[in-house]
Amino acid sequence: MDRPMAWVNATLLPVDKPPIENGAIVVQGDKIKAVGASSSVTIPGDATVVDAKGKWIMPGLICTHSHIGGMGAADGSSPIQPGVRILDSINVRDSGFRRALAGGLTTINIMPGSGHLISGQTVYCKLRYYESSPRVVDEILIRDKEGLPIGGLKMANGTNSQGDSPFPGTRGKSAYLVREQYIKAREYQAKVVKANGDSTKLPPRDLHLETLVEAMQGKRIVHHHTHRHDDIMTVIRLSQEFGFQTVLHHVSEGWKVAKEIAQAKLPCSIIVLDSPGGKVEAKDMTFSNGRVLDEAGVKVAFHTDDWITDSRLFMRSAALAVRAGMNRNKAVAGLTLAGAEMLGLGDRIGSLTVGKDADIAILSGDPLSVFSRVLETWVEGRKAFDLSKSEDQLYAEGGMTAGSDLDPYLCCFAPAWQGGAK
Amino acid sequence: MIHFQRNFAKIILSFSLCCSSAIAAPPLVVQAKRVLTAAGQTIENGTVVCIDGKIKAIGKTGEVAIPDNATILKSEVAMPGMVDVRTCAGLSGILNVKHDSDQIEHSSPLQPELRAIDAYNPREELVEYLRSFGVTTIHTGHAPGELMSGQTLIAKTIGNTIEEALMVDGRAIAATLAESSTKSGKASPGTRGKQMAMLRSLLIEAQEFQTKLNAKANPKPAVSDAAEKEKEKESDPIARNLRLEILVEVLAGKKALLITADRAQDIASAIRLGDEFKIRIWLDSAADAHLMIPQIKAAGVSVLLHPSMARASGEKENLSLQSASKLYAAGIPFAIQGGFEAYVPKVRVVLFEAAIAAAHGLNYNAAIESITISPARILGIQDRVGSLEVGKDADVALYDGDPLEYTTHCVGVVINGKIVSTLVR
Repeated sequence: MDRPMAWVNATLLPVDKPPIENGAIVVQGDKIKAVGASSSVTIPGDATVVDAKGKWIMPGLICTHSHIGGMGAADGSSPIQPGVRILDSINVRDSGFRRALAGGLTTINIMPGSGHLISGQTVYCKLRYYESSPRVVDEILIRDKEGLPIGGLKMANGTNSQGDSPFPGTRGKSAYLVREQYIKAREYQAKVVKANGDSTKLPPRDLHLETLVEAMQGKRIVHHHTHRHDDIMTVIRLSQEFGFQTVLHHVSEGWKVAKEIAQAKLPCSIIVLDSPGGKVEAKDMTFSNGRVLDEAGVKVAFHTDDWITDSRLFMRSAALAVRAGMNRNKAVAGLTLAGAEMLGLGDRIGSLTVGKDADIAILSGDPLSVFSRVLETWVEGRKAFDLSKSEDQLYAEGGMTAGSDLDPYLCCFAPAWQGGAK
Repeated sequence: MIHFQRNFAKIILSFSLCCSSAIAAPPLVVQAKRVLTAAGQTIENGTVVCIDGKIKAIGKTGEVAIPDNATILKSEVAMPGMVDVRTCAGLSGILNVKHDSDQIEHSSPLQPELRAIDAYNPREELVEYLRSFGVTTIHTGHAPGELMSGQTLIAKTIGNTIEEALMVDGRAIAATLAESSTKSGKASPGTRGKQMAMLRSLLIEAQEFQTKLNAKANPKPAVSDAAEKEKEKESDPIARNLRLEILVEVLAGKKALLITADRAQDIASAIRLGDEFKIRIWLDSAADAHLMIPQIKAAGVSVLLHPSMARASGEKENLSLQSASKLYAAGIPFAIQGGFEAYVPKVRVVLFEAAIAAAHGLNYNAAIESITISPARILGIQDRVGSLEVGKDADVALYDGDPLEYTTHCVGVVINGKIVSTLVR
């Protein structure tokens, strides 16, 4: 893919800059090479040029909170299991990945569930589902400079993570159990520092405590499920006590404590649902949450919580926030750049910026209109979704076998785009 | 006696409505740049005149006389108050706790005798929530999840009591053909075959009960003497049977059997049951409808289609966003439902669901009709609601733009000629 791709005459939403009405974008390899007004961008002579008149191009969408591929991290043995990795449980053949591409998504944070105070390590994935699907999860991981997979740590409070012993029965007990573990992790780390590399003095390795140390050192962002206003304040209190970098997730009652969240400088990844309720903690959920938080100065992103909401309609979350008065550009950033920053990937993805990964969504119109469709999704400079192909349309619109794992589909008529016959 | 009391209550209610609107409430006029009537036409710059709870006139603004003292509501778009063809709101509540969850009772798989009016909470927040987006009529009741879970009712989304809200009591009996309504272990039904056997047995029992009732009402000609006839009628009274009585109404065509069936084979079973007993069935949810268009068309049944945004998992794993457009193209009567949700979101707004269908191939006007006049026709209340036409209930929803668009707001709701919501949603 060394030959550059260029789209011209499109409406561009770079996100880090104002929208460009008649814009051009050039992609070479897996990176964005140029972005700007069609008149000002030089198109390389060897580029494949696409006239995208009437179409809208925006960065690939980023979901900061998804459960595609399964939720098999912590088990029922204990409420705190930070050493357990979701990475070791992901079904890379889940059709949900292709459905997410149909919604314009290119990056997702796959999270363990909320049934634990600490349910394990999350993992950030790129949807590298091209003609052939990935065969192992390693092919979709986002890696750091050392080549290690990047992810966060999932925590939760409120009612989901409560239960019969050894799970906490109250909010007070929940916070106590979490503090107890972080204090242990501090002591563990003190021993490690004191040992100063002397293996005879090092404490026995403890995967759980090591992970909490990573969180306190800022190497692993805490993604914290929380709904009620007082639970949100508890997260703020704990994150300040232990110094872990935190993104508040769901934050149904964030609008009640928006000022406090802003003061604590914690970003919010919010969910938008068609109605309040379904559980007591979500009874005061409102479309206005994004607007109120944004106006208070809080960084706001959206998430699908897929299967809770459908990745194919992720843009709808931002649109409903705009319906309730949220600034348009902020809402679009909430689908892209804000989410990238909440994953610590703001320098690599989330905007149409020269040097960033060539992750783009091409739409038939305004992303905030119900009538707009995702036409193509490109991941790292390669086309991963094309609505005009019937195989991709199946994932975009559903139908027989659309919900099956990619594998059974493969077994029967094995189209090349799904990896061919086995 | 029960019937008498209920009718009495209705008389009192209509009396108070009539007088309050005649004396207290001035006529209400809705004016919009675009009036979607759901009666075959769109009126640019239209006026709807509402008097005494009914639509008295509708037409182009300037061509329709506006009564003195009228309250005038203006908006970009007006359309009929929406009709949700299948929800559980009011039995199922916002908190999703025991206290507000009366949509399903698991003590027995067959309980058609459970009435929705005994469980419906008209003050439920979810009902108010639906109303604030322009849903003015709901067909609500017992949920999917048991083979025959109970009855449904039709209500307006207003009222402090069910009596005030009620339009039709006991409109249908809710049944479910799915894995979700099977039992484990030695309990029944444990399989799809057993589900059908149990339904057929119960309906046959009801047929026999019906035969007994008919024989009692119309004694054999052999008994010629009038006095003898009377005597026979009074002797040997048939014991009341709440379960069979309600099913006799289904057999008599007075009530529908609403069958939740998502998988193609369950849709086929539902159609087979309807044919065998010559009863009116409604296909509820019907995720595989797109695979069964010819069969559904041939059976002549209506489809209460799952919400567009229902989750494509479990029995619904093969659902298609094209189902609505395919049903429409085939001329099959269908409406898009809000449905039942066991978790979040606790209730779905049909306006949003129709919008997604419209964005995936359903004709725009058909999308509007799928949440207004089409459900009204299926439910048999088309003479009262579902379109903006003279003589119908004055139920109107007002919007500041295209009602199907994400960023448009519902800015007012009128039910029975009265403003019931001015929230901007």
